[in-house]
Amino acid sequence: MDSSTLFGIATMAYILAMIIYIVYLAFKKPQIGVVATTVTVIGFVTQTFAILLRWKEFYEIGKMGILRAAPLTNLYESLVFFVWCLILGYLIIEFKYKNRSFGAFITPVAGLALAFIDLTGMDKDIHPLVPALQSNWLLAHVMMSFIAYSTFALAFSTALMYLILKTEKRTEPSYIFWTVTMGIFIVILSAMGLDYLTYKVAIKNPDVLIKSFLFKASFFSNSTAVSLVSWIIAIAFIFLVWRYGYILKKVIASFSLSPETLDEITYKSIAIGFPIFTLGGLIFGAIWADQAWGVYWSWDPKETWSLITWFAYAFFLHSRFLRGWKGKKIAIVAVVGFVMVIFTYLGVNLLLSGLHSYGSME
Amino acid sequence: MEKEKDKGFIDRIWDFFASIRLAIVVFAGLALTSIIGTVLEQNADPERNIRLLAKLFGNAAAPSLFNIFESLGFMDMYHSWWFVSILVLFAANLIICSIDRLPRILKVVKEPIKPLSEDRFRGFGIKKEFVLNGGSEKTKRAVSQSIKKVMGFNLSEVKEESGYQLYSQKGNYTRLGVYITHFSILVILLGAVIGIFFGFKGFLNLPEGKTYSVAFTRTGSMAQTQEFERILDAVEASAGNLQNASKLLGTDEKSLRTMMRKLGIFPLGFNIRCDMFNVDFYGKSDMPKAYRSWLSVIQNGKEVMKKIIEVNEPLKYEGVTFYQSSYGLVPGGVENGIFRFRAASKDGKSEEINARFGGSFTLPGTTLTAKIEDFSPALGFDQATNRPFTYAKQMNNPAVLVSFFENGNRKFGGWILKRYPETWALPDGYTLQFLDVWGSQYTGLQVRKDPGVWIVYLGCIAMAIGLFIAFFMSHRRIWVKLVDERNTTRVIIGASANKNKQAFERKVDKLVSHLAKTKEGGK
Repeated sequence: MDSSTLFGIATMAYILAMIIYIVYLAFKKPQIGVVATTVTVIGFVTQTFAILLRWKEFYEIGKMGILRAAPLTNLYESLVFFVWCLILGYLIIEFKYKNRSFGAFITPVAGLALAFIDLTGMDKDIHPLVPALQSNWLLAHVMMSFIAYSTFALAFSTALMYLILKTEKRTEPSYIFWTVTMGIFIVILSAMGLDYLTYKVAIKNPDVLIKSFLFKASFFSNSTAVSLVSWIIAIAFIFLVWRYGYILKKVIASFSLSPETLDEITYKSIAIGFPIFTLGGLIFGAIWADQAWGVYWSWDPKETWSLITWFAYAFFLHSRFLRGWKGKKIAIVAVVGFVMVIFTYLGVNLLLSGLHSYGSME
Repeated sequence: MEKEKDKGFIDRIWDFFASIRLAIVVFAGLALTSIIGTVLEQNADPERNIRLLAKLFGNAAAPSLFNIFESLGFMDMYHSWWFVSILVLFAANLIICSIDRLPRILKVVKEPIKPLSEDRFRGFGIKKEFVLNGGSEKTKRAVSQSIKKVMGFNLSEVKEESGYQLYSQKGNYTRLGVYITHFSILVILLGAVIGIFFGFKGFLNLPEGKTYSVAFTRTGSMAQTQEFERILDAVEASAGNLQNASKLLGTDEKSLRTMMRKLGIFPLGFNIRCDMFNVDFYGKSDMPKAYRSWLSVIQNGKEVMKKIIEVNEPLKYEGVTFYQSSYGLVPGGVENGIFRFRAASKDGKSEEINARFGGSFTLPGTTLTAKIEDFSPALGFDQATNRPFTYAKQMNNPAVLVSFFENGNRKFGGWILKRYPETWALPDGYTLQFLDVWGSQYTGLQVRKDPGVWIVYLGCIAMAIGLFIAFFMSHRRIWVKLVDERNTTRVIIGASANKNKQAFERKVDKLVSHLAKTKEGGK
């Protein structure tokens, strides 16, 4: 059995777990909850084995030592590891807070991320390392960054749920913020899905898709009519999310998670993620850059965006000590912080260029 | 507390710099302006950013927008006066905020824990009250032992009217974690400033076989004026000895150094030579596996160090570090380079042969003469016509076209490829391996001298320690009041932790159950 079969099983397990968690939410039977957790744990264990197996496969191909064979070197592998951390984080929260409702939120993210990899036909081959990546810092730097990203992702979802629960009126700025953010999120994802469906034949990897075909099937279409209709649909959709957002509030209110618990999880996730991100992401990254390029800080886009993310979470941590910055306001900061994380992770590589494209040796 | 309006002007400025509000404004300011710096390409050709602006705002607005951005320093914004000012503000905020708060925090840290008055016990977040059998004397021992066992606290005690009070604290120094983190940022900034003022960051494109005693800054080397060439020639002619070089130029050493600084020429203080450069590829692909330079350091005419550097393996000598950063072909390098072959006859005897482009040599032990007819740094064959062509500018697949003559008549010939051993074979079991064109490539070295880097690293270590303390450790305090009742003792526990209260509360719960158990067992 090779690693991709195991990854397939893990994907199925997460999707199955998602369905069971939703059934659990509907019927509230503890036995169903236990089944949901069991399926998630099975998926998690399978994925752990898959990662270790891929590590071994990589080790045998690369012949560069066990530390340099960590499967964390491209978009595919990093997404897989991110999902793994997310599920681990969720299982810890489920265990600590004895509440399963949150699972209906996290397992779809995990299942969909893995399914997305499969659907897009993302390059899954094992490639040997380019010279810049041949360093023992790779393991520590990338692994810690992704652990931090996952804690930030957890904080993002709890902060968003907090906002949904705490907002009352449609005219309230926080209500407008979360509905519009969520609307834009869904619109961007759908538009990207549309790009993928339209240009599927021509594209082999997501890098090219995003670099030259992003929103070409919708907003930036060559046909004015298509682009105009896309904008109208997008705006109408965001309006609908804003208009009917309270339905989601009812759903989340049935989860029996108090806003205080959500706020606490948000804070704790960030309190764990921030030091890990500082050490693994910024400091180890700087040391590695110093060793490889002779500059510990060069203001290249990836570094700068990591720093921007760091400032966003420093903002979050400090704003708790400010009067009048409790609750909704800092939940917004946590949501914005994660938008920064997504941009640091994907946006910089796909939209901006820099040293991190490893293309400097030409 | 003083009233706001009673404060003097200086006090208000002080409060402004010490405030968290300023910290938050600085975070937002640095983050938002940094975003612009990642969209506009820094230190780039103006044309690139004009094209970018045209894409975003239209052709008409682009040139004037570019001028506005440029005059505000956005094309090199991380070094612009206003960005540096925000960083200075950041540092000032950190320093003044620490000076402002530290005395109070130090007082809390140093102050020994004291027994509490009756009414203060009511105000605790973690509060337990229960009754144990036996008198306070006996209970006191049990409580001390349990706390020691469950929490590892050593208790102090005072005798009170109706019993005892026990109290203890742990982790009072963890309150300083935040300040260690803040201080570490200042240390890192200090290290960066030292690096900027006393360091050097430049490059050196060093051809195979060449020796240099200087490196160049990016800006300085742009304008290769006559004066630049004249001074460089003199410095290299004296092998980096600036005293001799200044004599050659008819000036003194001090003014030579000044001139060099102006021109962006950095004297290394020793000589560095590239003995060879090579790119390794994965199998037969064009995917690079390693870029390697064989470097030698020469001081006072003596070779003092030799090292093969790679991308993550720099060479360091006397505070100057050389990093593998790029490579390329030397103009005219193939024509002036040395073609290196290894000839091996059937019986296993091998010999290394050097030749020039267009030159000839005799194959040892034969009557054959080989002539180098052509060279390609990256030879490929057209799939349809099988016609040879060069597919890359770099030495991806070096190949040499050799013809073999006997008595002036061409017998056979063909392309010999460095990476394909099957092309080395000649008739009669003879092999001619193509090794290299030595002297045809240069290695691109990033050269750096940074006396501040150790301070930056120290700051990083301090930051890691500070963050660990600040987020994962807490200041925990506990007070236990024992009140004698008839045959029993009332135990009142008040406890507090400045972080992660839940975890400490669980500990206190554990203590209570432990206490209940041991008391029962001891009866």
